[in-house]
Amino acid sequence: MSALPVVVDNVTKRFGTTTALDSVSLSVNEAELYGLVGPDGGGKTTLFRVLTTLLLPDGGSASVLGHDVVRDLWAIRSRVGYMPGRFSLYGDLSVAENLQFFASVFGTTVKEGYDLIAPIYSQIERFKDRRAAALSGGMKQKLALSCALVHRPDLLLLDEPTTGVDAVSRREFWDLLHELRRNGLTIVVSTPYMDEASRCDRVALVQQGRVLAIDAPAAIGGRFPRPLFAVRASRRAALLDALRQYPHLGSALPFGEDVHFSDARVELAPSELEAALRAHLLNAGFSDARVVSIAPGIEDAFIELMGEAPGVAA
Amino acid sequence: MSAMPEAAITVDGLTRQFGDFTAVDAISFSVAQGEVFGFLGANGAGKTTAIRMLIGLLAPSGGRASVAGFDVATQSEEVRQRIGYMSQRFSLYDDLTIRENIALYGGIYGLSDAEIATRGGRLITELQLDANADSLVASLPLGWKQKLAFSVALLHEPRVVFLDEPTGGVDPLTRRAFWEMIYAAATRGTTVFVTTHYLDEAEYCDRVAIMVDGHVAALGTPSELKAQFDTSTLDEVFVRLARGSGAAA
Repeated sequence: MSALPVVVDNVTKRFGTTTALDSVSLSVNEAELYGLVGPDGGGKTTLFRVLTTLLLPDGGSASVLGHDVVRDLWAIRSRVGYMPGRFSLYGDLSVAENLQFFASVFGTTVKEGYDLIAPIYSQIERFKDRRAAALSGGMKQKLALSCALVHRPDLLLLDEPTTGVDAVSRREFWDLLHELRRNGLTIVVSTPYMDEASRCDRVALVQQGRVLAIDAPAAIGGRFPRPLFAVRASRRAALLDALRQYPHLGSALPFGEDVHFSDARVELAPSELEAALRAHLLNAGFSDARVVSIAPGIEDAFIELMGEAPGVAA
Repeated sequence: MSAMPEAAITVDGLTRQFGDFTAVDAISFSVAQGEVFGFLGANGAGKTTAIRMLIGLLAPSGGRASVAGFDVATQSEEVRQRIGYMSQRFSLYDDLTIRENIALYGGIYGLSDAEIATRGGRLITELQLDANADSLVASLPLGWKQKLAFSVALLHEPRVVFLDEPTGGVDPLTRRAFWEMIYAAATRGTTVFVTTHYLDEAEYCDRVAIMVDGHVAALGTPSELKAQFDTSTLDEVFVRLARGSGAAA
């Protein structure tokens, strides 16, 4: 197949006065693990519904596995595995019955797809007679993934698969996705959690229906345009105030125990900026402040790209 | 927090059994007034059981705990009057307006009509929701719902507020605005008890406790825990502790 597994070209989708997707363009390579990263309401689910042929775009075009999402919907539906964000299983059916159901809908059997799902399904197979509604969050997620894979799709679309799942299960889930990707499957996965972006080959940052940036996770931080410092002091709230009163404030936002600070004067060397910052903090009474020069991360870049006034809370 | 006033939460050997299963096994810790305390654990680690005891909804099998100065077992009514609660899943009624939600919760918390009018009006102004006060909560963006739910949980000026995954799903800037609201409440002396699955959210707490198999397996500031486990993220600390327990995913 010559075409890329996913090509989205200028797709727009409106619901009444809301523009859920605003001229979105992106493409996904063969055997790529591609992340759509952004908050709720950003348009991630709408894009998945367009790609799975469940919603018609108002403008632009998209193709999946070489087929147009409007004209060739049946060709797409049989070859895509889709795990929607909300619980997609039948709670009254057992684990085994859910899997059989999804296999039969796609005209196949559990046996035919078993070797593909085995690494995942074997972890929950001992609960095969349990009703799906009675599974833990991590187990539901593994069953839903098994159901999305049982017909051996060429493309896997996962909408917020790790929302509400604990950190251990989340990590195991990402390990499974990597294994599937190594075996040649193309995967598009969405998440509102910036820390999960680092597990993807490439990510599109999505906010309010727009793509803010597309890049490898390690490169996204480079979109932040100023030298960045992590500042820490025992009085965190007061520190934030002091940094925001700095005359050359570029941005100052809490990041865990630190405040990430940037100076607006991009023309000065980082060492000069750091020295000036230290002097300001000492002057403001923060004798214990610790200042470290850091590489910007994906959240730093995301906030900057959102185009809000730096340092001002929404 | 640098000062150490009297503890807002004291937990001493707190235990809960269900039949043969010990969900919470003699846990002990204390949380200072004005502290932001993160309480973490994998599914099934006993976190929810512990919280249900702390908010007076479930009787302990052993040990004791006091919240806002009252015993959770013998004075659960007094405890409930002095705490606020906000959950991501359920906090506000979508089909009531902002003003109606405030009146409803004010009434439940035992505020007078005059207090509801005064505090509710102030809350609406502080959140810059004056133009939307008579709109249904369903019409608000998620970030505004979270801020409103937090403010409503503080309406009766509780000494302790419990937050369950408070900032899920919002953009990073809105999330930080929410944490700044939490810090402001803590600076005014409110103790904030946060539970979450998301370890990067826990990085914002003054201290965190990590529950594994009914025990408190680790307790400290985020940087102390990261130093103790020689790693750069709380996520890694959590995964190592939880995996070490052999607990099923």
